[in-house]
Amino acid sequence: MTDLLVILPLLVPLTAAALCGLFWLRPSAQRVVTVIGMAALLACAVALVLAVRENGIMATQPGAWAAPFGISIVADPLSVLLVLAASILAMAVAVFSFRDVGMNELRGGFFPLFNGLVLGVNGSFLTGDVFNMYVWFEVMLVCAVGLLVVRRGGVNLDGAVKYAALNLFGTILFLMGVAFLYGAAGTLNIADLAVILPELGASTGITVALAFFLLALAVKAGLFPLFFWLPISYHTPPAAISAIFAGLLTKVGIYATIRIVTLIFGAQAADLTTVLTIVAALTMLVGALCAAAQSDIRRMLVFLIMSGMGYLLMGIAIGTTEAVSASIFYLFHDIVVKGAMFLLAGAVFFAGGTYDLRQAGGLVRSHPVLAGVFIFAGLSLAGLPLFSGFWAKVLIIGAAMDGAAYWLAAAALVAGFLNLYCVAKIWMEAFWKAAPEGVDIAARPKLPLVVMAPVTGLVLVSTAIGLWPQPLIETADAAGEILMNPPLYSEGVIQAVIEGTEDVTDPVVEEGEQ
Amino acid sequence: MILLYAITVGAVMAAGVYMMLDRNVFRIMLGLALVATGVNLIIFLAGRLGPVDPAIISTGTYALMEGAANPLPQALVLTAIVIGFSLTALACVLAYEATRTLGTLDADAMTAARDEGDPFGSEPAETR
Repeated sequence: MTDLLVILPLLVPLTAAALCGLFWLRPSAQRVVTVIGMAALLACAVALVLAVRENGIMATQPGAWAAPFGISIVADPLSVLLVLAASILAMAVAVFSFRDVGMNELRGGFFPLFNGLVLGVNGSFLTGDVFNMYVWFEVMLVCAVGLLVVRRGGVNLDGAVKYAALNLFGTILFLMGVAFLYGAAGTLNIADLAVILPELGASTGITVALAFFLLALAVKAGLFPLFFWLPISYHTPPAAISAIFAGLLTKVGIYATIRIVTLIFGAQAADLTTVLTIVAALTMLVGALCAAAQSDIRRMLVFLIMSGMGYLLMGIAIGTTEAVSASIFYLFHDIVVKGAMFLLAGAVFFAGGTYDLRQAGGLVRSHPVLAGVFIFAGLSLAGLPLFSGFWAKVLIIGAAMDGAAYWLAAAALVAGFLNLYCVAKIWMEAFWKAAPEGVDIAARPKLPLVVMAPVTGLVLVSTAIGLWPQPLIETADAAGEILMNPPLYSEGVIQAVIEGTEDVTDPVVEEGEQ
Repeated sequence: MILLYAITVGAVMAAGVYMMLDRNVFRIMLGLALVATGVNLIIFLAGRLGPVDPAIISTGTYALMEGAANPLPQALVLTAIVIGFSLTALACVLAYEATRTLGTLDADAMTAARDEGDPFGSEPAETR
């Protein structure tokens, strides 16, 4: 039964995707299937978080191939937290798509691709095998490219070509890292690697593998010198799709970085502190500065994603348990809030008819509720008290101070200030400023419930974490503890696998006795 | 043998990277396919050259014979070939569609997404 729970976050979106494929000609049925599927996924994610909090690491071996040879699916605190965050966002986006995704996009296969993307994301979070992680990356990549072009404009196709080429190259680099790692260590199971690599010590093969992994994940996560595919593709699709990309895709890159740098290459990673610190600081500052220069809400938010990536990398760069835990807390917060911001940008477009801040204005008069929700989400993103962003920034900057990374903490504060400036700019221009001449405020469309409910829900999640941060901080601490002590992870996985297979008789042995 | 293999991989990779640096989108896609092939060769090498006996467990035994080739890299390469092939196919369809819609093969001339909402553009961004 526990085996099933671990693998349900994969089975549910897979089933939903298959059913959506069966109902290809009936988009309204696909909607129902997807919303039910995402609700079920959310329930599974909550159950999984509770189970892992109670039992510790849970793992299963699909296909009954024993652990280092077969593929493990592992639910440790880090994985389940991220599966939960992804499910929350996926639920919100599924509902939001009722208004945002039109018939043409639905006929283009929006829902099957959306479910496939959620499947790929959950797979990346839950897998306990490095090669399998590559496979899930490709599942995500295929679905993401499909989603970029469900609306078939020149803009979308252009963005998708560049996105596909650069991300494909990124996954090829990741595969190269996998090859070198296998050549050096002889195994690809993360639990196995966590024990074997410290014993092997430093070797050229391992260093080269780490270099390829970091390069690949820097492309995936949109870190400083390799971010250029991000601002030319993420703003092109409908808002619901941008939101799921913003909330999940780059975050998977940073999740894999955390997993690989700390758990697998813990010993070698200490030499990387300087590089990671510089990349983190440049990512957050360049992202925030570029965002401040934009006049299109979506483009501004795209650069704010990049700025957030800098904060996430910061925890890995500092390298203490406290800092890694802070990064994990930040990751949860970032998935929820960045997703919410993109959905809100979509809502601003429905209400005001434009994404361009120069042409927007006066929304506070026509849509006061939206203005309120937007300012809450924005303050959470900027890291002001009462919201999850405040704790995320407090924890990560506190960890930087404790780790004596003072100028990194200073960079984080400056970037935080710039983030606040960007959010304030959007709010002042789109909401507070008087409407441009010739625009009849009374004639603006009312926003339906399917738009307001998801964004309000996401902001409420952020506020709830801001008011009761303790449970999330505890789980993030537990996750950080496991990452920084690889033997804990390996023992946990082996223990879980043994418990899971105790009552299953080995078919090979049975046959041999006959 | 290893040296020859390494030179081959290097040549395939170099050709792939050279093609990827071109401005023609189809050459970029072909370059990606070549680099993916190079990586597949590297995975194969990770299982070591040397043992040539097929990785088959004969009747009555439960482990591979001494001198059998490592089966895992073969499985990995097979998976990677299938995935790489399908992604290359997808990327080519995408490039074809983009070329038809945007009317150019030159990646530098494809600026539709870059210009969308550009704050320094001469005209305010179009909406949809």
